[in-house]
Amino acid sequence: MTETYEIIIGVMVLLGAIISLIATIGALRFPDFYTRNHAISKSTTLGVSIVLLSALLYFIFFEAHFNSRLVLAILFILMTAPVSGHLIGRAAYNSGVKLADRSVVDDLKRDRQKLQKRKKTQ
Amino acid sequence: MAFQMLLNFFLAFTWMFLKTTFTPASFLVGYFWGLVILFIFRSYFSERFYLHRVIAIIKLFFLFLKELVLSNLSVLKLVISPKLSIKPGIFALPVEVEKDWEIMLLANLITLTPGTLTVEVSGDNKTLYIHAVNIDDVKDSINGIKDTFEKAIMEVSR
Repeated sequence: MTETYEIIIGVMVLLGAIISLIATIGALRFPDFYTRNHAISKSTTLGVSIVLLSALLYFIFFEAHFNSRLVLAILFILMTAPVSGHLIGRAAYNSGVKLADRSVVDDLKRDRQKLQKRKKTQ
Repeated sequence: MAFQMLLNFFLAFTWMFLKTTFTPASFLVGYFWGLVILFIFRSYFSERFYLHRVIAIIKLFFLFLKELVLSNLSVLKLVISPKLSIKPGIFALPVEVEKDWEIMLLANLITLTPGTLTVEVSGDNKTLYIHAVNIDDVKDSINGIKDTFEKAIMEVSR
């Protein structure tokens, strides 16, 4: 039975590592800042969460205790990752980092220009 | 919700004092009977029974986990496809939820599902500006994601 647990945990650790690796490859391949931000700030969330989850399972199966700190770690990663991702993206946009050339639409730019025009006419 | 929970805690402690056993197990039993009593008297509260809200929160959490895994897979597929055929862009998404914390939650959920990242919230809190890695993919699915997330959030705050 312990072997089954070992295999399950091993597969989960590998899966998390592979997801993180692919996210890193994405950071290298994507064309501009925003798309790289996507790859880094989120796919790694899932990767790290899975690794932490497998550590939790390890403690339950082999040490027979429920390590609540790992649950807290997962929760805090899930809570902080989107905030940092959003703030980094927002800061980049407001300080004028350009979108990649192949970008199709930019509604934010359009709406901001509208707003400025309205201010000028007033 | 806070009032009902406080009442429930009070009932649980009353149970502990009645049984004179101060263990977590007896607290849980007391909490359960307190829930039953609150459920019987639910029509006398101005708010709805708070367990509904707890269930809605749990549902939202699982919905979020599902979206997280599914959309992670789609981004990973994009990354490892040999030709990088992506069309990134920023699009505006009108939102219906109004309270600050609801918008915060919606924006964070959208950010955490890969492929979409909230760049800015408009000044009047009515539009989210979302950067998408592949806008063609997203345009189809975002309405579904938005609907389900928004409905689940409204279910919590109702």
